[in-house]
Amino acid sequence: MSTVANTIFSPELAARFDHLVTIYPLSRSALVPMLLYAQDEIGYVSDAAVAEIAQRLDLVELEVRNVLSYYSMLRTKPAGKYNVQVCTNISCMLRGGYKILDHCKETLGIGHKQTTPDGVFSLEEVECIGACCWAPAMQINYDFHEDLTPEKVDVLFQMYRDGQGKDVK
Amino acid sequence: MADVTFTVDGKQITAPAGTLLIEACKTAGIEIPAFCYYPGLSLQAACRMCVVRIEKMPKLQTACTTPVAEGMIVYTETPDIAQARKATLQLLLGNHPLDCPVCDAGGECELQDMTFKYGAADSFYAEPKNHREEQKWSPVVYFDRPRCILCYRCVRMCGEGMDVFALGIQNRGSSSVIAPNVPAHMSPDDLAHVDCEQCGMCIDACPVGALTSGTYRYKTRPWEMNHVATICTHCGDGCKTTLGVRSTSDGSEIVRGDNRDKSGINGDFLCNKGRYAFDFANHEDRITQPLVRQPNGELKPVSWEVALDHVGSKLRALRDTRGGKSIGVIGSNRITNEEAYLLQKFARTVLGTNNIDHHRTADYVSFAQSLAGHTGRTASLNDTLKAPAILLVGGDPTNQSPATAWNLRTDVRLNRARLYVANSEEIKLRRQAKAFVQLAPFGYNAFAAYLAGDNAAAASAASDSNALSAFRDAVKAEENLLILIGSELRGAELKKLIDFGLTIPGAKFALLSDYVNSRGAADMGLLPDMLPGYMPVGSPSDLATEYAVPNEPGLDMLEMFDSAGRGNLSALYIVGSNPVARYGIDPASLKDTFIVVQDMFLTETAALADVVLPAANLYEKSGSVTNSYGDLQQVNKAGDRAGVRSDFEMIVRIADKIGADMRKLVPFGKGLRADMGQSRGAQSGEADRHAVWLTANNLEPRLSPFDAFAILDEIQRLVPGYNILRLQLLSGNDQHLSPVAPTPLVQIGTRRDQVLPANDSLFTSGTLGRFSTMLGDLQQNEAQRLIQIQTAAD
Repeated sequence: MSTVANTIFSPELAARFDHLVTIYPLSRSALVPMLLYAQDEIGYVSDAAVAEIAQRLDLVELEVRNVLSYYSMLRTKPAGKYNVQVCTNISCMLRGGYKILDHCKETLGIGHKQTTPDGVFSLEEVECIGACCWAPAMQINYDFHEDLTPEKVDVLFQMYRDGQGKDVK
Repeated sequence: MADVTFTVDGKQITAPAGTLLIEACKTAGIEIPAFCYYPGLSLQAACRMCVVRIEKMPKLQTACTTPVAEGMIVYTETPDIAQARKATLQLLLGNHPLDCPVCDAGGECELQDMTFKYGAADSFYAEPKNHREEQKWSPVVYFDRPRCILCYRCVRMCGEGMDVFALGIQNRGSSSVIAPNVPAHMSPDDLAHVDCEQCGMCIDACPVGALTSGTYRYKTRPWEMNHVATICTHCGDGCKTTLGVRSTSDGSEIVRGDNRDKSGINGDFLCNKGRYAFDFANHEDRITQPLVRQPNGELKPVSWEVALDHVGSKLRALRDTRGGKSIGVIGSNRITNEEAYLLQKFARTVLGTNNIDHHRTADYVSFAQSLAGHTGRTASLNDTLKAPAILLVGGDPTNQSPATAWNLRTDVRLNRARLYVANSEEIKLRRQAKAFVQLAPFGYNAFAAYLAGDNAAAASAASDSNALSAFRDAVKAEENLLILIGSELRGAELKKLIDFGLTIPGAKFALLSDYVNSRGAADMGLLPDMLPGYMPVGSPSDLATEYAVPNEPGLDMLEMFDSAGRGNLSALYIVGSNPVARYGIDPASLKDTFIVVQDMFLTETAALADVVLPAANLYEKSGSVTNSYGDLQQVNKAGDRAGVRSDFEMIVRIADKIGADMRKLVPFGKGLRADMGQSRGAQSGEADRHAVWLTANNLEPRLSPFDAFAILDEIQRLVPGYNILRLQLLSGNDQHLSPVAPTPLVQIGTRRDQVLPANDSLFTSGTLGRFSTMLGDLQQNEAQRLIQIQTAAD
């Protein structure tokens, strides 16, 4: 358990995982954070990541997949470079969240959980992201964008396309 | 724990504090329905069917998670409860297909029963049902996803019960689905599969028809079968399996095996062999006519009368011309006690030879002799479920006696039993063990010596001497230890381990063997040097005096074949055994021997025979068998096949053709001598001892020489330790018997070691297993999986 010889993760993340399994009374409690960190690094939770996490926590791969499939924020397929998450929960919905989502669909030409052919953007409709005060809001990777209008969205997308958007991880 | 008293439906009930309400009610005869609750597994409270009304609690409570409490007042059937259950059923039926007329579970389905009871005929849901195709997860496990009601029983059964964890639950909410451990996208055929022990416990636990069995699915309906509870013929645990049989044009075909009423010694458990590997009985290669070798060398089908005449006259001629000692007899691990006893009696009294043996899969002679003079020291299989501490030396119960492994896992899980495992292999049960010590190859002798206090033996017992010493300290600190011994330990080293165990207060022992009646074969004296009950040949015993048994020990299995090779064995009578393949006998060495084989198939041995007699298998006869532990159980006739006969009948018929006195061989009718009023009990010297014993025990004489119970009576009368309780036997229960062997005259370990473990895996079962199509499929499935892993690794 814990340390793995041929890790698929970066040395920093591997070291973080080595530590993570030691800090919980039950090592399997580290499963969800591990899955999230693995997804942040690789872009999605690959089969290889599942295998290594199972090995690190002394679980069977099936148990990792059971948890992985439960959480909608965990992906098993690659997303675009910038993952656009549009909130349509109640505050955003009242303030035009669906209009923003429809606009995104139209401009990007993709639907929910889809990725543009160039791999730059992917789109997701998500539940409350905790930005109700500034609704409608969306999150691109870990960066928040608030008080949106379709025009603002166009500007944002252009910024990201030009490589000037923040890429917070 | 202290008892608490509470009221259910106006009835006062007392149960130990901490008991779950659902269990307490069940014990009191009040049924609370539940889908997700399964006794012995962790609690789920997923189905909400067991809701009850408890006074002073605001809402309906789940009986499966509520412990009973003093003064609790419970109602289990009120209109609001019925309404709640009905609503639950409506939700479950929202996507459950109504294919009950073709579903395997139809008629045995808990959801069907509940719908019948609560009547959720109207549905509020108008949405179309979400259909998914059925999936073949393995040759024996099929999954029909829409039928699943997500009770999680299979998931817990596989993980907690079997320690396999091949099933899980994926996704969330209404899209939750039971998922096997080989997902479709990682499988070469793009279909999901299970990589597991194929025990079928998930199918057994499934309350509906979501999981179905590859052998039974779409074959018949439950009510079209007769259900016969009998004992599985495969491993030494002797589980009860219920065979579903259906009439065919040439007998009665076994269609299904399962653990239907869970009333056997195996409790909830049944492994893949007990569940699926009955199909050898229906195999197309089965012999159904006697075959006699013709002068041109061909085996030709003949009538029973011709074949038996030939065997009888030939055996009589050889006995009379070359002597009984030139004849050998080989018995089986899968015949009943009655047949084994009759076979050795036939050999010893009719043929006049002690040349009798069987394929020994554990050293029961040394086991019985080591325990001579001790009573209450042998364990029953039931003890593996309750013992506070267990020491397992050698053996691999997970693969070779799965019910033992199930019981040990359950004991550890539910009773926190302390399991100590010493093995030269990393067997799977080490995962439940409190301590595991890996012994050196062939290190069992040194290990037994080390336990007994010989510290010098540590180095040759195991490489890790610290672990070894901690292990010994822990074991020695135990009381009431259950010591399970694998067949690796024999003779002197077995005695050494038992002698050590006898120093532990309350320790009990069991020796694990490989087939259903391996223990019975040894108990019944299928041995050249031991009469039934481990009475040494040549020493005074009731049996020896009564039947004038030859005084010299006979030839053992290997000596018989050596003798045949030298041309000294005139005849060999083999019942239900395949020694030619098992011991790698050169067929040429048997060319001058007259061979009679009773078997189901033309095995390597039968192919060399002069006469082959088609035999019934254990599922086609009645009698009793004794498992590894010494638990006696009744075997009931389930299947039938035109043309075959039981080994019992064939032995009797052959003895008759030889010209034996049948009343002496099988005590039937009113005894050997007519009682004209002169006899005054056994002391008179005139009376028939069997008839006297029957009268004394208030038993009737049997009327037919083919009645196995006549021999059972004699076993009870003459075999020490076989004090059989008839009611226990005939009501299908198990009873524990301990051999009462005399203290050995010679040192244990001087006998030649002839134990040859069968080393069967989960998917093999000796020669018989080769004729089970399902076991073949499972082996192939396993092999393919290993190839896939190999390919993936490359």
